[in-house]
Amino acid sequence: MKPRIGVLALQGGFAAHGAILDRLGARTVEVRTPRQLAEVDALVMPGGESTAMSMLLERSGLLAPLSERLNDGMGVLGTCAGMILLAREVVDGRADQHALGLVDITVRRNAYGTQIESFEADIDVDGLESSFHAVFIRAPVVERAGPGVEVLARHESRAVLCRSGRATVAAFHPELSGDERLHARFLADL
Amino acid sequence: MSANPETSASGAAASQNRPATGTTLVKRGLAEMLKGGVIMDVVTPEQARIAEDAGAVSVMALERVPADIRADGGVSRMSDPEMIHQVQAAVSIPVMAKSRIGHFAEAQILQALGVDYVDESEVLTPADEVHHIDKWAFTVPFVCGATNLGEALRRISEGACMIRSKGEAGTGNIVEAVRHLRSIVGDIRRIAAAGDEAELFEWAKQLRAPLPLVQEIAGTGVLPVPLFCAGGIATPADASLVMQLGAEAAFVGSGIFKSSDPPKMASAIVEAVTHFRDPDILAKISAGLGRAMAGLETAALATKMAERGW
Repeated sequence: MKPRIGVLALQGGFAAHGAILDRLGARTVEVRTPRQLAEVDALVMPGGESTAMSMLLERSGLLAPLSERLNDGMGVLGTCAGMILLAREVVDGRADQHALGLVDITVRRNAYGTQIESFEADIDVDGLESSFHAVFIRAPVVERAGPGVEVLARHESRAVLCRSGRATVAAFHPELSGDERLHARFLADL
Repeated sequence: MSANPETSASGAAASQNRPATGTTLVKRGLAEMLKGGVIMDVVTPEQARIAEDAGAVSVMALERVPADIRADGGVSRMSDPEMIHQVQAAVSIPVMAKSRIGHFAEAQILQALGVDYVDESEVLTPADEVHHIDKWAFTVPFVCGATNLGEALRRISEGACMIRSKGEAGTGNIVEAVRHLRSIVGDIRRIAAAGDEAELFEWAKQLRAPLPLVQEIAGTGVLPVPLFCAGGIATPADASLVMQLGAEAAFVGSGIFKSSDPPKMASAIVEAVTHFRDPDILAKISAGLGRAMAGLETAALATKMAERGW
């Protein structure tokens, strides 16, 4: 049986992730409630507003069960806001913003500035034969990566793609540029 | 998101490994990230904080909410840059601001202020009764209102990266937004079911819309940019209604700060947009919210803002 891939759908770019996963032949489920979370084998945490998502995680009763599943080793791909939520420490966030602490990184929110600084660029990713076209939208950057964290890609010397245990986190949006390789790798690693 | 010539052109530019800003992919990308969220009108930094506290994904900084624009009359213009700065300083979520239709100088100023999205809006008094802003000329992305698919596609051809229904702003009455969404979504469905190219030529003529965009819709079955709802949302149930009709996010104007308990109403509408298909959750979050904004019968209005735009 193919694993069931949940896409956290509280807010943000969940539809674009779902479309790519569907194209890759995955079984996908939108996750908004604890019951839906319990049915999935792995999870994608999309981009969007991390502050809004953090509050919605709490109000939807997802915070504790999600934390538990992640600590039990569920595979997870977090992009942009998803990376912020999975980080150990968040700089320039709201004081009440939840950091799930799964990945030992320090992340700065909106590190490049406002939307007019948002950009696209080609980056080299460890293990991919050709460059990956990355879209950065009001993107965060990784300011510190702990010893257990593998940095898989950098842009202008800053870490933008990291892996730690069964979690992969990206500061950019692999779901927006039409390149399916990172999603395919996420599915293959499950 | 669908592929389009601008996207691949910008991809080529970026392949020299120079970061490319202001591309269609980057502009439409922010709209993707706002999906499933609520964008709230605010007139002070305090209101902006209340909005962010409630889980808004963005705030629209303006001088008066549409209900007050209606009541006060007079010419309604871009907000004071000082006020926009204060709102930007108060929150960490994206800040949008409105320019008048066709007033590209206001839009240039808003871009210089570093706002995250410009709304070329019928809620302000139009500056040009023939032309809309050439939105391709900007790095900042634009959202525009539409009452039907033809209007939406004309705005997209001018460079808009997000479309919202116009509804009838400041009324707290959802009837016009429903009319606009049903019209847009219904025509998309009918075009996707068209029998041949000749029918698409006819659709382009009827809609007064560029043929390539009509052909794109025939292939994809969706609008080329995200479709949000604005104009008249006053309760969590209103938000659920427009999301079920095909909106991908909600703008709430007067509906929050003209209600009796704005922080409560704001969080309830945020949750309603996330759980729009779950009546049990909606029943729970709709309870005990106090008074929604008073609201107006649209048939009795002297000014129909939705009729502005060409």
